[in-house]
Amino acid sequence: MIEASSKTQARPTVRPGFRLGTISWGNWALGTHALLVYLFLYVPIAVLVLFSFTQDQFGTRWTGFTFDWYARLFSNDRLMGAALNTLYVALASTVASTVLGTLLAMAMERTRFRARPAVDGLLYLPIVIPEIVMALSLLAFFAFFFDIIEFVTGATLRRSLTTVTLAHIAFSISFVVVVVRTSLKNFDMRLEEAAADLGANGWKTFWRITFPLILPGIIGGALLAFTLSLDDFIISLFLSGPGTSLLPVEVYGRVKRAITPEINAISTLMLMLSMTLVFLSQVLQRRR
Amino acid sequence: MSDSIAIDLRNVTKRFGDVTAVDNISLQIRDGEFFSMLGPSGCGKTSTLRMIAGFEYPSLGQIYIHGREMGHIPPYQRPVNTVFQSYALFPHMTVEQNVAFGLQMKGVDKASIPGRVKEALEMVRLGSFGARRPRQMSGGQQQRVALARALVNHPEVLLLDEPLGALDQKLRKEMQLELKGLQERLGITFIFVTHDQEEALTMSDRIAVMSQGNILQVGSPTEIYERPICRFVADFIGETNFIDGTVREANGTHATLATEEGLHVQGYTPRPVQPGQSATISIRPEKARLLPVNGNSTPAANTMPVRVERVSYIGSDTRILVRAHGGRSLSVWEQNTLSTLDREAYWEAGDEAVLACPVDNALVLTE
Repeated sequence: MIEASSKTQARPTVRPGFRLGTISWGNWALGTHALLVYLFLYVPIAVLVLFSFTQDQFGTRWTGFTFDWYARLFSNDRLMGAALNTLYVALASTVASTVLGTLLAMAMERTRFRARPAVDGLLYLPIVIPEIVMALSLLAFFAFFFDIIEFVTGATLRRSLTTVTLAHIAFSISFVVVVVRTSLKNFDMRLEEAAADLGANGWKTFWRITFPLILPGIIGGALLAFTLSLDDFIISLFLSGPGTSLLPVEVYGRVKRAITPEINAISTLMLMLSMTLVFLSQVLQRRR
Repeated sequence: MSDSIAIDLRNVTKRFGDVTAVDNISLQIRDGEFFSMLGPSGCGKTSTLRMIAGFEYPSLGQIYIHGREMGHIPPYQRPVNTVFQSYALFPHMTVEQNVAFGLQMKGVDKASIPGRVKEALEMVRLGSFGARRPRQMSGGQQQRVALARALVNHPEVLLLDEPLGALDQKLRKEMQLELKGLQERLGITFIFVTHDQEEALTMSDRIAVMSQGNILQVGSPTEIYERPICRFVADFIGETNFIDGTVREANGTHATLATEEGLHVQGYTPRPVQPGQSATISIRPEKARLLPVNGNSTPAANTMPVRVERVSYIGSDTRILVRAHGGRSLSVWEQNTLSTLDREAYWEAGDEAVLACPVDNALVLTE
């Protein structure tokens, strides 16, 4: 800490630029710009949060403060069901995609083969292709797969929470791999040699040395997967079966009829959840 | 020092793709020995060390540690420990946890671990640093933690891969003495890889000089310096003057070389040479003498007339650059045994002199 503060002091406090008094015009303009951008980003969110507490039943005007909408929300079985579905899918797809993605990242980072650049490129494709294309391809795949199952076994399968979860795993893996690979790149392989030299086999080396050191990356990847799953709309819309709708889809369905403060309330809760997760991840990563 | 063999390399070759890093070397390292592998980067010394540690397996040949063939035994089952060039301390563990790691992995009785860790840290004079993290320590301290982490396991052989490379000059000298003292106290075989010849000469019982995957010479520091077996070793260890020529006469241990200028120089031959063969005379600068010109006598054996070109007084000795007739420059170092300010006691640029080299101080070497 002492070192860090002395470093900041050592930095010159005078910056070049057009100067008036002690504040340069350039810095003043940049500061104002930053403020405006923050307002642009956060005012809509603030409005949403504010109107989740309004007494107005259309949730678009301020007519007084109330917690009513939150109370109503918790007794709305349909919305709560969709919220639980969403949490279930997000948790399940996060766990699966984090485990699979971490192992894939390790495989990609530690093996050398001729086709690796091409395989690398393929891995990032799900990140860049339009989500609608991904959704359609998954839809087509499941339809095809279900037909085969029906033909072979006679059993009829339908889209369900499982298909949505599988779809979410499919698009999350690439993101997890990207994040975990960054930490693996910074990981000093000689530490694994040192552990082996000191008597640790591969399994112990992974859990005692590699895993703790790449954990921040794994947590980062998991959080990304979780938030991606939580607010996914297109793939969820295409892949969820009848009666198993997820929150973003449910919210959209309701907004088409009318915006109610209930929707604002549940959106606010989702916002809180995402912010808490991001905050936690930053705390965890800063501790290292 | 007992006569048993700690490490036995038999015809070991290591290839990486098309590159041969180690080319059919055989080497025996005695128990309790401080053995250095010395050579320029890329000579195969580190690959050899990594094969002993088990990080690489030989492409051909066998490695025995105390008579046991290592084959494909992984590093974590070998009775050796390594001190890495970069130290490779675990950043997420305290110093104590780093040192305890090897004992935990070996399943040493839990109750005895704290005592042994403390003992190891005291041995490297870091008794009060146990709770620190590696990044809170200086390079020299990290180096000693790495040493304690390896030695706490009582390895049969300690492998050191240029462990002093990252330290500054002063710390390096201190650590050299400390390492040597530690090795003598513990009686463990040390295998030390370095490209620093002075470091190898200071610490080692024996040195293997390596180049391009081969071992050129194995011997004590004195043997390596005084009796280099080939031109590369003479050049790599210390400084020397080379004079190329053709062998005129040869008799077992000595040979006479005719230089391009027509001078005849006689010297000791570590390897037999044949008349007509081209060879090089190596004369260490401190082993040549500069004598005043003695006008009328006939030139004695192994002398050549020279002119002093430049004189550098560096305190303990004076380094004199001379030019032989024919244009060749040679350097001669004279120890300043006299304490005097008298300028007459030293050579000056422009002086005519005779360079003399006793036959046994000149070496006739081949490639």
